[in-house]
Amino acid sequence: MNRAPLIFLGVFFALAFSWTGIVLTNQIAYGSLEPVFDESEGKAFPESIPGVAAQGKLVYQDLGCMYCHTQQVRRPGFGGDIDRNWGERQSVARDYIRERRVLLGTMRTGPDLRNVGARFAGEGGREWHIRHLYDPEITSPGSIMPKYKFLFETRKIVGEPSPRAVQRLLPADAQPPEGYEIVLTDRGHALIEYLLSLKDVYTYPEEASRVYVEPQPEAKNGDNAANTNSEAQQ
Amino acid sequence: MASAPSLAASISPSTPPNTVARAELSEIDASTKVPAIFFLGSSLLWLLAGTLFALISSFKLHNPAFLGDAEWLTFGRVRTAHLNAVVYGWSVNASFAVALWLMARLARSIVRHSNMLMLAGVLWNVGVTIGITGILAGDSTSIEWLEMPTYATPILFVAYALVGGWAVITFRFGRSQHIYVSQWYIFAALFWFPWLYSIAQIMIIFAPARGTVQALVNWWFAHNVLGLWFTPIGLAAVYYFLPKVLGKPIHSYYLSVLGFWSLAIFYNWAGVHHLVGGPVPAWVITAGIAASFMMVIPVVVTAINHHLTLVGSFSALKYSPTLRFIVFGAVNYTLASLLGSLMADRNISEVVHFTHAIVGHSHHGLYAFFTMVMFGSIYYIMPRILHREWPSATLISVHFWTTAVGAVIMVVVLSVVGTKQGLAMNNAAIPFLSMEESDVVRATLDGLRVRSYSGILITIGHLAFAINFVWMLLRPRADHNTAPTLFRNPEPDLEVSSR
Repeated sequence: MNRAPLIFLGVFFALAFSWTGIVLTNQIAYGSLEPVFDESEGKAFPESIPGVAAQGKLVYQDLGCMYCHTQQVRRPGFGGDIDRNWGERQSVARDYIRERRVLLGTMRTGPDLRNVGARFAGEGGREWHIRHLYDPEITSPGSIMPKYKFLFETRKIVGEPSPRAVQRLLPADAQPPEGYEIVLTDRGHALIEYLLSLKDVYTYPEEASRVYVEPQPEAKNGDNAANTNSEAQQ
Repeated sequence: MASAPSLAASISPSTPPNTVARAELSEIDASTKVPAIFFLGSSLLWLLAGTLFALISSFKLHNPAFLGDAEWLTFGRVRTAHLNAVVYGWSVNASFAVALWLMARLARSIVRHSNMLMLAGVLWNVGVTIGITGILAGDSTSIEWLEMPTYATPILFVAYALVGGWAVITFRFGRSQHIYVSQWYIFAALFWFPWLYSIAQIMIIFAPARGTVQALVNWWFAHNVLGLWFTPIGLAAVYYFLPKVLGKPIHSYYLSVLGFWSLAIFYNWAGVHHLVGGPVPAWVITAGIAASFMMVIPVVVTAINHHLTLVGSFSALKYSPTLRFIVFGAVNYTLASLLGSLMADRNISEVVHFTHAIVGHSHHGLYAFFTMVMFGSIYYIMPRILHREWPSATLISVHFWTTAVGAVIMVVVLSVVGTKQGLAMNNAAIPFLSMEESDVVRATLDGLRVRSYSGILITIGHLAFAINFVWMLLRPRADHNTAPTLFRNPEPDLEVSSR
């Protein structure tokens, strides 16, 4: 008896099952999520990131940052993500819809970066990243993150010093010789702009009631009543 | 080819000399020689390259200044080069060699169109070389298990299609009426992989799906490479070599069928457990966790089948290198799979997800199970296609003990350290990094150092294997009947079959 066709059918349907269930069903269910336009803010969320930040994302990809840093915040009460101030709220599917490449990550040798742009913002944030990328131990003693000195360039000052010179931010032992300056390369600049752009601050109306609330600790009826009372008193 | 060395007769005088059958097998083995040696030689080179990348990235984790100034050797790239070298370089090449040898033998068909296989082999290795060079040069896609840049992947796909086409031809022209369970696994694996690979490439890279659908496709693919490619190939080898070396049939035909179909149905849903707590629909995760738990069925069924075949023949482990590697692999298949099911549980995942425990688990599966089974298979196949024996039993012994002990240390240490890391990370009172008090990063450092030392041990084993392999290739063929290289001389009444 030749059972090859039967085996083939079984093998085919086995994978077709999960392909339909995991890939196809979800592609249909939420593969065409759209940004939400907020009337009061006058813009759509999630916002698209500036062009230079998008270039920085390519640097983030080619250096393999995502092998030590995730970009997803788990819900309150599940892991310590919110308690560690890695985000104000849980990450949701809609946060990622503008990203051509989604870099959720699976490893946290370092902290989550989904909202690093909220933790380190503005000019102070930019300077922090410059120091941290040049040598992580300047800002974070004991860090096991690699140095990214190759995103900087030591060059001779020709004419005016460059506005991009960064050595004033670096410690004494990293100072260049007289007549030289340390500048951030274009790739380094783009990477920092990308890191500064990373933040999910907007709460989508349809998610507000569902996912951002702290789970109520399971309480007995009596405790519940007490809680209600104390809230009422406040 | 009737002059094949009669290995069985030299170690087991009671084996009846079935000259015709042996001549046929010898002819089939000989026809696999060129492609099998090509794939095995390439896999060995990639194993050494992958091991080097592994050592570099492992040392960087506790000593970030190590080779810290070279951009192409930064952790994110070397680690990725390691994964791609051992997965697509070592593991897939070794799978191709073992699978084609098993297919030819089990279908009782000499290898036709070996040009097709050789072309596939050359293309595959060119593709992997370009891909890994691209990763080191900065063209990684940063999609786990699919990092190779877009200019390398089509080459891989064409190479794979050639292997698949060859397999269908061999299957079609086989003379054996019976389809042994190893063939089921190989056949299924060869069919599943291109489906997974092409869908993943299209939906993540060439025409990306929107948002986190990509993440679902990514883990549907990546976990299934393990579950629907490496696991079936590894199990096919165990199902063949275990009874073969022991000279007795597999414990239960019925269980092997049950094991196959339950694996086919449950494994392919399990991958999404890598996204527990992530921004994807909760029901998919739940389904993935359920499937991960259902995997207990095929694993236990297969374990019973393998281990009951071995019961009563434990003494053979003292002699046969093949058996020792294969049994080590089979035991770790059982352990890694059961632990994997456990780790999918939401409460356990809450701790171990995002930690070194997951890295430990992937080495448990891909190294302690799959790679060890491949080593065992290679120890059996090489003498049969080259008509030469392994030059040094001592080197085989070194290979076994360093890799076995190294793998156990690595898996145990990473699991413990990862659990510590996860527990610390989930407790926000413990700082992530601090010089004053204990922190999350420092909870891992000692373990990561021990992991590097276990890596050195494994490297020594791989070098011993490589020396033995090259020595064997260069060694002249003996002009008389030779006995297989065993760890020690077996007692005369021990059944060790050579066919």
